[in-house]
Amino acid sequence: MSLLADLRGSRELLVNLTLREVRGKYKRTALGQGWSLLNPLVQMAIFTVVFGVLIKIKPDPGDPSGLQVFALWLVAGLLPWAFFSNAVTGGMGALIGNANLINKVYFPRETLVLSTVFSWNVSFAIELAVLTVVLLLFGGSPLLFLPLVVVAVLLLTAFSLGIALALSVANVYFRDTQHFMALFMQVWFYATPIVYPFSYVQRNASPTVETLYRLNPMERFVTVFRTLLYDNRLPALGDSVSIVVAAGLALVVGWWLFRRYEGRLAEEL
Amino acid sequence: MSPLPRSGGPATSPAIEVDAVAKRFRLYRERNQSLKAALLRGRRAAYEEFWALRDVSFEIPEGTTFGLIGENGSGKSTLLKCIARILRPDAGEVRTHGTLAALLELGSGFHPELSGRENVYLNGSILGMSKRDIDARFDAIVDFAGIAPFIDQPVKTYSSGMYVRLGFSVAINVDPDILLVDEVLAVGDAAFQEKCMEKFAEFRRAGKTVVVVSHAMGSLRSFCDVAAWLEHGKLVRVGPATSVVDDYVDEGHAERKHTEGGGSRWGSGEARLTKVQLLDAQGRSTTRVRTGDRVTLRLAYEADEPIAKPVFGLALENLEGVYVWAHHSRDGGFVPEKISGTGSVDLVVSRLMLQPGTFDVLASLVDYTTTHTYDFLRHCYRFDVEAGEPRESGGIVALGGEWGNLRDGTDDADLRSAERRT
Repeated sequence: MSLLADLRGSRELLVNLTLREVRGKYKRTALGQGWSLLNPLVQMAIFTVVFGVLIKIKPDPGDPSGLQVFALWLVAGLLPWAFFSNAVTGGMGALIGNANLINKVYFPRETLVLSTVFSWNVSFAIELAVLTVVLLLFGGSPLLFLPLVVVAVLLLTAFSLGIALALSVANVYFRDTQHFMALFMQVWFYATPIVYPFSYVQRNASPTVETLYRLNPMERFVTVFRTLLYDNRLPALGDSVSIVVAAGLALVVGWWLFRRYEGRLAEEL
Repeated sequence: MSPLPRSGGPATSPAIEVDAVAKRFRLYRERNQSLKAALLRGRRAAYEEFWALRDVSFEIPEGTTFGLIGENGSGKSTLLKCIARILRPDAGEVRTHGTLAALLELGSGFHPELSGRENVYLNGSILGMSKRDIDARFDAIVDFAGIAPFIDQPVKTYSSGMYVRLGFSVAINVDPDILLVDEVLAVGDAAFQEKCMEKFAEFRRAGKTVVVVSHAMGSLRSFCDVAAWLEHGKLVRVGPATSVVDDYVDEGHAERKHTEGGGSRWGSGEARLTKVQLLDAQGRSTTRVRTGDRVTLRLAYEADEPIAKPVFGLALENLEGVYVWAHHSRDGGFVPEKISGTGSVDLVVSRLMLQPGTFDVLASLVDYTTTHTYDFLRHCYRFDVEAGEPRESGGIVALGGEWGNLRDGTDDADLRSAERRT
């Protein structure tokens, strides 16, 4: 398969570009990589105060972990979302941001999108590590499920990558793709059970709406992450199959679109 | 004459095959990349097609230095980008054999916040080098760029010269089989340029293929073996660089004008060479001198606007078209701050070391980087050299060699000992 051969050939380039993204992101900031943790922390604080304290959203206690901490429940869903959102937004702008490179050197263009997405994987991994420690401190037992969390991270990466690849070329041809996506991501955020539990949707919406709601792949991803980390049990079969299908489909379609339209990148940029 | 066979055998298999390549660009009447406009109109922006290249075919044999010439907009840079795989041809195909590196813009891909060291690794991997390759060449890269003390500083603190030198150094050390170069022969100061030229020469000696796009006809002419001349996206001619460049300068260039000497000229024209003269030892204009004479070549100029740091160039060719000699004032260490109005400058040759024959003068007035040509006169003056002192047997140049110091016969101790050894 040429795709794999291409990737193997540009493995070192991919590593170096990813390092460039990771190092460049927080260069010359006092906190450095600390910023990658501060962002989700502040988001967690805001959502906990607004939805946990003021609106008093009560998610079910972790089953079987028995955890009942809104902030932890929130973060178990918020971190995958934040990764997805950053990876898609960042990957989408990767081609335009590196226009000078594309116009001057040949190398497999998808490495730009891949490296941006992978650079967010680094932040995601750090965040998940911190969350795991905190969950342990609060009496959860996520350790046994960490291998499955890694699998879920890989699937979410594939899903984000597929979308980022497709949008990155769309963004070259239509520059307002990114503005449109900025709006769409907000809608998507609230259409995914991150700050409220899925049970609220079941309770308040008709079965048709519920079925439609569950078509959102991010709902499945968030549910899987939460089941593994917060509840500490195996995810439902339906959810597991859904995220595998969503990841595979997004990656194949995204890559196909990218390959189809990358030929004229240099002249359109 | 090259001692190597020029045709047949694997040694001259093509490094690059350009096969009926065509490239079309879209010229948008209204450059509109917004989704809204596209949706309202029901299609993307209206555009006209423009063929930057049409049905261009040629082969570049391995080991040649190949020049692409043509006016601005003739498609030569587009072709170079097609060879570099940056642009994809709309028809036809470019096949390359061997690894390829392009020097299209130096230091593109440098991240300003990262250190020189990090950028060397990053840029090297963009150009296709592995970490081990870069490790092995790192010192050579930094030495060549001459920025060793600054290698751990962020590149945004570099001067533009340092930036470009490091970019060039990384690219040239990729050590590809095929090197594509776009107008970067004039990078940095004279010392660095000399190092670059040495590196290019090393490349050619190693039998590698170099493809150059440049407007500096003088250097292309002497630097390249073969040249292709493009006009409006079509191939006019491929052939030996000297004859293609001469024909281009003679016929192809829009700004050419015939000069008194029967030659031709081209250039941007802000400043012009108005007269070229050969003066004898008494200061009289002449077309007939003798080997060993003291002569002066005088260039008269007229500058419409002040020209800072101009570089005057002179070259000689014989009737067979052999490039005999060239010297420009920057290499001669003569750099006037500026010239304006009319004036003249002399090149004094204390002994004219040419064998009898007829020679044509080529003169140029270029900017300090030697990439921008104000005026270029080809065959603007012709003179004859007659036998003088020293009188030598043949060829083009007189070396003033002296025969003597004969050490003959069996009495010679050195010879005897040499015989014993064998």
